[in-house]
Amino acid sequence: MERKKFAGLVAAGVAAAALALAGCSGGEAEDPTTQPTNTGGGDGGTGEQPYVALISKGFQHQFWQAVKQGAEQAGEEFNVKVTFEGAEEEGNVEQQIQLLQTTLDKHPDALGFAAIDSQAAGPLMDQAKQQGTPVIAFDSGVDSDVPLTTAATDNLAAAAEAAKHMAELIGHEGKIALVVHDQTSVTGVQRRDGFVDYMKANEPKIEIVDIQYSGDPAKAADIAKAMINANPDLKGLYGSNEGAAIGIVHAAQELGLPNGKLVIIGFDSGKDQIDAINSGLMAGAITQNPVGIGYETVKAAVAAIKGETLPKTIDTGFYWYDKTNIDDPKIQAVLYQ
Amino acid sequence: MTIDHEGVAPAAPPRTEGLVARARGSLQQLLAFGSLIVIIVVFSVWSPYFFTASNLVGILMAATVVGILALGTTFVIIAGGIDLSIGTGMILCGVMTGVFLTYWGWPLWLGVLCGILFGGLIGVINGLNIAFLKIPPFIATLGMMLISAGLSLVISGTKPIYFPDTPGFENLMNWSVIPGARFPLGVVIFLVLVVVAAIILAKTIIGRYAFSIGSNEAATELSGVRVRKWKVTIYGMAGLFVGIAGVLSASRLSSAQPVGGMGLELEAIAAVVIGGTSLQGGRGSIIGTVVGALIVAVLTNGLRVTEVPQEWQSVVVGLVILVAVYFDMLRRRGA
Repeated sequence: MERKKFAGLVAAGVAAAALALAGCSGGEAEDPTTQPTNTGGGDGGTGEQPYVALISKGFQHQFWQAVKQGAEQAGEEFNVKVTFEGAEEEGNVEQQIQLLQTTLDKHPDALGFAAIDSQAAGPLMDQAKQQGTPVIAFDSGVDSDVPLTTAATDNLAAAAEAAKHMAELIGHEGKIALVVHDQTSVTGVQRRDGFVDYMKANEPKIEIVDIQYSGDPAKAADIAKAMINANPDLKGLYGSNEGAAIGIVHAAQELGLPNGKLVIIGFDSGKDQIDAINSGLMAGAITQNPVGIGYETVKAAVAAIKGETLPKTIDTGFYWYDKTNIDDPKIQAVLYQ
Repeated sequence: MTIDHEGVAPAAPPRTEGLVARARGSLQQLLAFGSLIVIIVVFSVWSPYFFTASNLVGILMAATVVGILALGTTFVIIAGGIDLSIGTGMILCGVMTGVFLTYWGWPLWLGVLCGILFGGLIGVINGLNIAFLKIPPFIATLGMMLISAGLSLVISGTKPIYFPDTPGFENLMNWSVIPGARFPLGVVIFLVLVVVAAIILAKTIIGRYAFSIGSNEAATELSGVRVRKWKVTIYGMAGLFVGIAGVLSASRLSSAQPVGGMGLELEAIAAVVIGGTSLQGGRGSIIGTVVGALIVAVLTNGLRVTEVPQEWQSVVVGLVILVAVYFDMLRRRGA
């Protein structure tokens, strides 16, 4: 019995020490490469440097890491402290709301925000407005009047561009299917609708046989395989984000399809997609300008802090890239590994 | 090795109870297996593309990772415990395998072996927390689940880890065993593990003690079995399955993705429960788990192939789980 008590004491001691340490460091998911002119978290804008907090939809896909990069670049350039956090699982609304709450309570000088679910974020947007924290929306943005501007890709136009290339590559007729990364966020909806609407308006001989949803590469692979098996005459597959596109590529590989049998078009970049395009597995993809998104968000935040007026939207641009132009420096600048 | 009455203990009360319980378990398995056949028939009729070689292999492949997790966790549940950390733990094992093979440049066999052993380590830590620190399994493994999720991100720097130095790695899951046809090695490994797990459960002391501890822990302890030690062993062994799942999952995507896994533990537990293993412990079987895992995989795939809107897919799977557990309860009340 003494041994049990001792073990219990040790465990309690360790737990207490861990809590104390966590308390001291402010518990932020701060990346060590953030400019450390000010020390650790909890310091809501009382220091010399203005503090801009960005909350994104996710952390995992390299896309968000590129946005973070752009944000940090702007942070250095304009001399502001920038933090970048995201929900661990893209689609985890609950987690993002918690994150948002905690961040707002720190009273940053400005907030950058990309909502997983606009409705859920509504009340906190109002709180930001009340406490005088300017909000700059980015990427999906948020469906609310509170943000002063939205720095994002025009996803509807970008998806239409993807559809245009898909149509060309399959000869303007045949069956295609979509794997969309999610049903609730604005980007998911827009990247699906932009594609679907283009096809409806311009390509009567192309039939979309199915649309299924997952941004997780393994699940997307299983979904794509099921769709391919269910439609042996399928000519093309469109994946609306990095995870979905990678899943489709793996599905084609697992089924042993020869290059070009299926026209695969993706979105964003990441090492897997870039490799797939170079090897011919994927026909091409639409890249956003994630570094630009991060950069413009922080830049707009700085302007907002100074009280300048901002345009309603800031279009950060998109490009189609494939084997022929992937080495173009303009394209290389917006791709990420 | 010890002076426990190891040979005597399980022969007493737990076993007779176990026999009756196991007979009831068999009925559930029959029900589960029958349901599986029915579901397959329904989908085959509904869509001509369902019962094709390519699609069936696809189902097995989709079932492999969750299936392996379910195999390991069957032991834990039979022993009266639960392990919520298997999903994120699997991801962490994948990441660690990436560390071993890519960051530290180890040879393929060593990195893979250590990735699997790392899963065992996580399991042992869970077991120690549960058996010696007396933290309830739900809490202990919940905590471990969160720790694993975080560590995966920290260690990988939130980037996927690729395997450029060991190109053979992706073959573990993907290499086709039958040249010409597509029968991935990963599925073969799963089937082999099914046999291994069945043997361990039915024929070895780990299996017997799992049943014994699950049906009556106090009696087992009193008959001289070192329950705490065996709990650690059971969780540790289940952890090896997590490690294997982690390696295969990373192999499939040729990269250790640092996020994901959350939710897989529930899919695995659902498979175990549908297959007739009781969450109360003391009863269960490997074949039941396999049938449960197949039911979930067949349902999910069938609904996709017949293009049922995705929103309905999880509704259907959820209903199946409810029905399965309900029948489980009915059976136990019926005597």
